[in-house]
Amino acid sequence: MSERPIKILIAKPGLDGHDRGAKVLARGLRDEGFEVVYTGLRQTPEMIVTAALQEDVDVVGLSILSGAHMTLLPKVTRLLRERGLDDVLVTAGGIIPDDDIPALQEAGVAAVFGPGTTIAEVAAYIRSHVRPPEA
Amino acid sequence: MSEAGSRAAELADAAVAGDRRALARLLTAVENRTAIAEAALKRLYPSTGRAHLVGITGAPGAGKSTLVAALIAEVRAVGRAVAVVAVDPSSPITGGALLGDRVRMQAYASDDGVFIRSMASRGHAGGLAATSTSAATVLDAAGFDLVLLETVGTGQSEVEVAAAADTTVVLEAPEMGDEVQAIKAGLLEVADIVVVNKGDRPGAQRTAAQLRAMLTATASPRLATASPRLTPDAHDEAADHPRPKRPEVLITTATTGEGVPALLAALDRHRAAGRDGLADAARLARAEAQVWAIVSERLRDRFHGAAAGPATESTLRAVAEHRLDPYTAADRLLAFLTGGRLRA
Repeated sequence: MSERPIKILIAKPGLDGHDRGAKVLARGLRDEGFEVVYTGLRQTPEMIVTAALQEDVDVVGLSILSGAHMTLLPKVTRLLRERGLDDVLVTAGGIIPDDDIPALQEAGVAAVFGPGTTIAEVAAYIRSHVRPPEA
Repeated sequence: MSEAGSRAAELADAAVAGDRRALARLLTAVENRTAIAEAALKRLYPSTGRAHLVGITGAPGAGKSTLVAALIAEVRAVGRAVAVVAVDPSSPITGGALLGDRVRMQAYASDDGVFIRSMASRGHAGGLAATSTSAATVLDAAGFDLVLLETVGTGQSEVEVAAAADTTVVLEAPEMGDEVQAIKAGLLEVADIVVVNKGDRPGAQRTAAQLRAMLTATASPRLATASPRLTPDAHDEAADHPRPKRPEVLITTATTGEGVPALLAALDRHRAAGRDGLADAARLARAEAQVWAIVSERLRDRFHGAAAGPATESTLRAVAEHRLDPYTAADRLLAFLTGGRLRA
């Protein structure tokens, strides 16, 4: 009936304190017409997955600069699956070496956006890969 | 049963049984106003009315989200289940929204007695989303004892939350205004409890004292009946006149939790008073607001539907081009409902 904006959770797992990138992305996706839930810094995988579940988001976008992505991101995707959220699109951004990307994709991270990715590119990727809304 | 009907029954029953994923899916259906949501709300409504619905409103930055987080901690300490509906504004330009209220409430990830849901206002003015009341109904049905409705940051006249909630808490920050601000009509008038937050800031005590002086003095009915110019008839009229509320004024420091136990006690007192019948008018007003919102939505759907759509559009165009006045246009649309033919 009414238009249904895509709902995305932007979260920062782990302990690094740099959230400027995540905030710029959150604001950029807002301008792309998304409903963006922003949860702030230092989120545990449990916090992220609970927020994704309660908010019923279509997408979880994880920003990570600390180097702990090989530990934290697979833990998020595993918890999402365990709690029945396997239709949620998971993307990651931040400082993630190319060599790590195949293993992350294997673990269920659909896309990894490196430095220099534009917000329009992120939005376009999400629009074409997100689950369809329930009637 | 229709497909939407059976999906609604499945989601509603699972949500009531404690399935949080089903609850979240149902809230999405409510936000999107789908057929599933309507069928589920019909199913759930008779078993609702048990939760205490508390509205939390106030200016941007007054500390609503931080106070909600502090209230969650206090409510969980006494073992009650609490849900939050936190509304942030949608962009009038792109329709997007930044929902940032969870930032202050993320400490409860592993606690099943807490459920937090952000909502975008989606173009609805008044401080809530159009579907916030229905979302609260669903959370009520899911068994939460307390449902906190946090509005967008409000100005002076976004008073809608008062109709949606059993108890309305208006947050003020110290030094936000003088006594004249306190006696202006609007937001402060709908408060059942006024909270001066950021109680550790200079001026909090003085702000609370000013609010107490102004809000309780102006609400005294004696001032009106003591006037010698009032005739006995006018006395009776004055007695029927809607009475301003006399809100309690409390001070909290949400960041430390100071004053929050007293706020919870005040909420419980207000609710107990409401049970004695004082809140009957408020419940009736809420029912009226809900039903009229649906009536108006359905009317709009009918006028834009297949049968009337083209004629409605040409009637609206005639008004836009000043060939027809809006009153005559409205009468023509209403006549259509009672069987008349709609022509522009």
